[in-house]
Amino acid sequence: MPRKAPSQEELEKRKIISVNAENVSDVTSTDYPGHWPGEDHAWDLDFFRSNLRIEFHQNDPLLASFSLIGVDASIANAFRRIMIADIPTLAVETVFINNNTSVIQDEVLSHRLGLIPFRGSREGLDKFLKWWKRPADGADPNNSYFDYNTVKLSLHVECTFNDDAAPGETDPTRLYHNAHVYARDIVYEPIGRQDRYFSGPDAIAPVHPDILIAKLRPGQVIDLSMHMHKGVGSDHAKFSPVATASYRLLPTIDILSPIVGADAEKFARCFPPGVIALEKVTRAEAAQRGTGYEGREGEPKAVVRDAMRDTVSRECLRHDEFRGKVKLGRRRDHFIYQVESTGQWESDAIFLEAVAHLKEKAMRLEQQVVNMVR
Amino acid sequence: MSREQYQAPNVGSQQTFGAGGAGGRDFGAEIGGGIMYYTCGDCAVRVPLEKGAPIRCQKCGARVLYKERTKRMVQFEAR
Repeated sequence: MPRKAPSQEELEKRKIISVNAENVSDVTSTDYPGHWPGEDHAWDLDFFRSNLRIEFHQNDPLLASFSLIGVDASIANAFRRIMIADIPTLAVETVFINNNTSVIQDEVLSHRLGLIPFRGSREGLDKFLKWWKRPADGADPNNSYFDYNTVKLSLHVECTFNDDAAPGETDPTRLYHNAHVYARDIVYEPIGRQDRYFSGPDAIAPVHPDILIAKLRPGQVIDLSMHMHKGVGSDHAKFSPVATASYRLLPTIDILSPIVGADAEKFARCFPPGVIALEKVTRAEAAQRGTGYEGREGEPKAVVRDAMRDTVSRECLRHDEFRGKVKLGRRRDHFIYQVESTGQWESDAIFLEAVAHLKEKAMRLEQQVVNMVR
Repeated sequence: MSREQYQAPNVGSQQTFGAGGAGGRDFGAEIGGGIMYYTCGDCAVRVPLEKGAPIRCQKCGARVLYKERTKRMVQFEAR
């Protein structure tokens, strides 16, 4: 017997996760075959295409915030994980220390140098630079370093007394030369064809020149050179192109029955600023019977202005006066991403690269499946 | 922070000074003669010591001397 197709309202309701005072319910998605009697829900490319939406909220070089709407959590999470662990970046991998008489130990200094984010021309980083393969044990490592897989940096700083310092000066940065070693003191040394890609504004340089690496006192020296290689975040966090890449689900706030007067003001205070707006009850609303507005013309009423700004603190569920008047939830297929770049990639390019990576992985898997069946 | 291919400096290889010395100092005087330099624990002056000489700073007489850091390159992984 054919069943009635679900209404649009019913379909929207199924997408909502309920956020209750003590628990969260309706967590898992139900839009797959065999869950709802008489409904198909098989994955369909045209249906997916018509439902998918991407809305950008902010797009700066170091921070992108956007909504990805109409995908399953598994896909959204795959993008997030690929952004963190699979997008290649260039970072310091080996440090050759000739001299280090500073108070910071060689190992710690090397670790700090590895974590400094660098930038360079996109073309050079993407096309010119290839992977560096660690030589086998016993093999001469010098045969593995080429201009297309290694970037050489050096850092040579010596702290000395500043003879021009005013008498009685106590600030070490004025009392001594090079009391602080910053990321901008690192010198890039182009090898071979590298100056074609990395020169002028496109040269390899620290994203933030003011990162403090070490502090020195007169007589102390740091003299070292470094090799940078391409790597991925799954190997070490220093290779991750993002400082954070995270998503949250869009919060929903449904006011089921009117919240008016002093209650409305208290209700607005239960949320972060900008989530709940206060509007005046109009004469037409006050004239209608049974709406909860009658006789309250001119008083403030609570309306939802921007649910996206809500942190879902559930504060409003703690108060008895709002019991049954409000329903909190989240949309299961609306992911609000926040991608913060470390500076080597543009933040929006990281997401595009993640999409390309997932596609590539899927195509590789397809080939494997074909081989398996054969 | 693992140390890679680190070799402890062994006796008899002191003649390789100068080749790797990149601190801008002249180690020519240190080659030959078996003189080792130490740093005084009290006045921080560089103290040359011959084999068998009393362990004592010539300037201030302090008996605590520190060994200088190796002049060899040391390789680390930035991890």
